[in-house]
Amino acid sequence: MLCGKLLKFGVAVVSSAFFMAGIAQAEESIIVQSTTSTQNSGLYKHLLPLFKNKSGITVNVVAVGTGQAIKNAQNCDGDVLLVHAKPAEEKFVKNGYGVKRTDVMYNDFIIVGPPEDPAKVGRMKDAPDALKKISNAKAIFASRGDNSGTHKKEVRLWKAADINPKGASGKWYRETGSGMGATLNTGVGMGAYVMTDRATWISFKNKGDYKILVEGDDDLFNQYGVILVNPKKCPKVNQAAGQTFIKWLIGEDGQKAIANYKLGGKQLFFPNANKGQS
Amino acid sequence: MQDFGHAFSLAFQLMWAADPDLMEIIGLSLRVSLTAMTISCAIALPIGAALGMIRFRGRGAAIILLNALMGLPPVVVGLCVYLMLSRAGPMGWLGLLYTPTAMIIAQSILITPIIAALSRQVIEDLHAEYAEQFRSMCVPTRTAIAALLWDARYSLLTVALAGFGRAVAEVGAVIIVGGNIDHLTRVMTTAIALETSKGDLSLALALGMVLLLIALVINAGVMAVRMTAARFAYA
Repeated sequence: MLCGKLLKFGVAVVSSAFFMAGIAQAEESIIVQSTTSTQNSGLYKHLLPLFKNKSGITVNVVAVGTGQAIKNAQNCDGDVLLVHAKPAEEKFVKNGYGVKRTDVMYNDFIIVGPPEDPAKVGRMKDAPDALKKISNAKAIFASRGDNSGTHKKEVRLWKAADINPKGASGKWYRETGSGMGATLNTGVGMGAYVMTDRATWISFKNKGDYKILVEGDDDLFNQYGVILVNPKKCPKVNQAAGQTFIKWLIGEDGQKAIANYKLGGKQLFFPNANKGQS
Repeated sequence: MQDFGHAFSLAFQLMWAADPDLMEIIGLSLRVSLTAMTISCAIALPIGAALGMIRFRGRGAAIILLNALMGLPPVVVGLCVYLMLSRAGPMGWLGLLYTPTAMIIAQSILITPIIAALSRQVIEDLHAEYAEQFRSMCVPTRTAIAALLWDARYSLLTVALAGFGRAVAEVGAVIIVGGNIDHLTRVMTTAIALETSKGDLSLALALGMVLLLIALVINAGVMAVRMTAARFAYA
């Protein structure tokens, strides 16, 4: 019978696919839930081969927004979490999903915009003040709107400016609901102001004539932290390998490797482990 | 648009240099989508054939449902498969999330309704021609299904290709269940999405052209097989 044959073939294909998946897991590897900014900037391409050489462990990075990364880690779908939203990270640890949070590195957020700068925020330092001017001018602002680390930071800055931009959602305040790169593409396309982390901006290739307009405020500090997913909540966590990775990352070698990563002569991330752990 | 010109030359360079990373990505794309297509055919062709020739109560509703499922959004399929395969989900113990197998499962679910619905139509049309003969020769249903599938094989090949095309071109499901992990679960579409988000639009476009080229080669190959077979059949 033809259908019998087809069915047998199907079963054979399915089982071989499972078999191959089994082989792939024989090698020591961990999954790191992380953010798009670290991946898009090429940092992992620089760090991971160095770590693999030293430890033999393959690190598989799933790069999504911080909100989704934390959600995935809560579902135990990762061994290590490396994101940038300190309050959310601390909550993650407090609720027992993570073992301990450690600072890894930092850079900063910036606000970029078109050269005409309709809200006249160029060279401003105070981020909430700049947002106030943008809102007063009803100049278009493209927000991530995706609960990511960058978005959470942006929401806090609007709060500091005492403005609720949600009221203008769909008018001058436009939430793209997508990643940093996609939001920059959209923003550049419609002449909007965009808040972005500096690493993504430096490595972004579709800048058009956009310029950095606001930078240098202490409020724009962007801290990355690393957490081992708690084996008590998630028994399948590869604790040993995850711990090895974290130790390397916050140790001398990892920190040096982070500092050495440059794009176009510019350093993208500044290591700061063991300086203000929580 | 200088992007298009640049992308075109970039696509050519990538293919010419046989960039090893690109070859790996292409290989995985093909492996995942061809496997998904094969699995889906194994499941969907018998279903489509049975629906096409057997009359039963509720058949109309079943066909409407099947046709509607052709519109399954990939993201929703991805999300459902993610929830099933997540370590916190009911099938988490399999450890399949973020593997090519998870991507195969998601794509199979996505294209099984497409192959079933289209093959149902093909078989139903053919059965209209054969029905009387089957009746007069008292052919058992299972034999009839097998005969219909075999005689419609060239049309069904196109159906399978439609399924493959959908699988290899979708990004929503594989990016959720595969995670777009470099050297593990990165396929053509997720690589295109990644380069777009890096703002490297010409590289993204070049990858898109390469994907189109692969589809072209596969379809040409199938066409060649079909024509050769037809020549032998009538020789």
